[in-house]
Amino acid sequence: MKTELNAGRLAIYAFLALALFFFCLPAWFALVNSFKPLDEIYAGNVFGLPQRWTLEAWSKTWSKACTGAPECKGLSQYFVNSLLAVVPATAIGTLWGCLNGYVLAKWRFKGSEGVLFVLMFGSFIPIGLFLFPLTVIFDRMGLSTSLAGLVTVYVIYSLPTALFFRNYFVGFPGELIKAARIDGAGMLRIFWSIALPTARPILMVVVIMSFTNIWNDFLFALVLAPFDSQTVTVGLNNLINVVEERAEYNVHMAGALIAALPTTIVYILAGKHFVRGLTSGAVKG
Amino acid sequence: MSIQNPTLAARLDRWLPQLVVSPAFAISVLFFYGLSVWIGALSLTSSTANINWNWVGFSQYVRLFGDETWWVAVRNLLKFLPLTIGLPLILGALLAILLDQKIRAEGALRTLFLYPLALSWIVAGTLWRWMLAPDVGIQAFLRKHGFENASFDWIVNADFAIYAIALVAVWHSTGFVMAMFIAGLRGIDDSIIKAARIDGASMPRVYWSIILPALRPTVFSALLILLPAMIKTYDLVVVLTQGGPGNASILPAYFMFDRFFTRDQMGLGSAAGTIILMTCVAIAVPYIVLELKRQRHEN
Repeated sequence: MKTELNAGRLAIYAFLALALFFFCLPAWFALVNSFKPLDEIYAGNVFGLPQRWTLEAWSKTWSKACTGAPECKGLSQYFVNSLLAVVPATAIGTLWGCLNGYVLAKWRFKGSEGVLFVLMFGSFIPIGLFLFPLTVIFDRMGLSTSLAGLVTVYVIYSLPTALFFRNYFVGFPGELIKAARIDGAGMLRIFWSIALPTARPILMVVVIMSFTNIWNDFLFALVLAPFDSQTVTVGLNNLINVVEERAEYNVHMAGALIAALPTTIVYILAGKHFVRGLTSGAVKG
Repeated sequence: MSIQNPTLAARLDRWLPQLVVSPAFAISVLFFYGLSVWIGALSLTSSTANINWNWVGFSQYVRLFGDETWWVAVRNLLKFLPLTIGLPLILGALLAILLDQKIRAEGALRTLFLYPLALSWIVAGTLWRWMLAPDVGIQAFLRKHGFENASFDWIVNADFAIYAIALVAVWHSTGFVMAMFIAGLRGIDDSIIKAARIDGASMPRVYWSIILPALRPTVFSALLILLPAMIKTYDLVVVLTQGGPGNASILPAYFMFDRFFTRDQMGLGSAAGTIILMTCVAIAVPYIVLELKRQRHEN
């Protein structure tokens, strides 16, 4: 009985180890190769540790690699562009979503259920489709000259996050609001000084989720960002598709790691919130 | 003046909730619904490189259904979906259950299974594209280390390229499904399990007949997220195979963007888009109806 039990545990650990290998292989692969000189990779060392560690690939990727842009200046500018688009879009989108969710939960009016429905349905529409009309609209309105247009689209895209906040605020004690009203505070004042500060956990979830989604977006950035201020996902895709005599795999790997860095850091620092956001995205309420 | 002001303020106060929500409402309606209608309408026109509003009825759909490439994309999707939905569900549930067995370093393992989710499809594809490339990746490695006949060339093999894409998709989303199952397992009442154990049920049996059925809502939620996401798969095709070799690994979303942006067939692209849209809507409707009913019940 006891040995059987041990065999069972052993099988569990074996399976988990196998899974670990499968999930971590790409990360291992990218890390070790980004620190190798290119010759070592072409000499056949692709899965092992570098024999000679070097930061050449990283610095080249950051500031010198060719991405099909007129000048070969690496991914740095793309990275900055991503930040310029993601930070305002996440901040505005989250605050707006929070305000809408708060009103829909605590200041219901005739038709507020309809608004809810519109938002819920909107979250299911594959908005990638809207690239067609958006390119036309952007052209007509002259929005394709700056990142502002892209930021606007990201903000609209995150409107359905109001549902997260609504579900959070539904459980918010009504007495607090009532008391504040008796003290003469209005809807917006209550939002600003009572509701918003207490919503920190859900704010974290939504900020992390929006940040990751927007940072990782490829389609909208590809089509809607101005040619000279494209984001890092687009930059990476350009980088790995540049035709060279010898594909610079170490540079490609460093590029992938640079593009993945911010979301990975967020994930490591705040993984708990990350998971909560994902699961509550489905299990609304 | 001082008498009128309070009434105005009071009136404003009464309408304030509507006022505050209305921009979001109006923009959502315009953006999510207006643009959907726009695409639907465009699919009924003869638009090519430029938009025109010459109505041609359903002839773009007739053209689409007569297009062999479209059917390649649809057939690929039918191979792709069962794998990219089924495998993450099975593997994710299995990993969640195994991690629930008081495993050492459970937290670290969970983190390492889930991290692909933080990466974009482009990053995931960049990493895998090289590993899957036969001349430099896993196949080359195996051949060099004594397995001369090792073959792992899915990504350049017309019959298998779609499975290479599916492999990366499974790698990307299994951890996420696992996280959902872990949350689901936490929500199950321990006393039911204990009672079953006292009644003499073996652990596998407890899992099969008590715990798995109790996880049904989790399966439902995971489906609801995975299904639309996988139907929309586009980035991964771009970065891994660009649809190739030939058209062997295209998916409907790839077909649609390709017709629209590179081949100047806006009408045809919109027809494909409308079909993808309808599919996603068909998945959403039952969920939303249930959800709204539940909320009305709660109120």
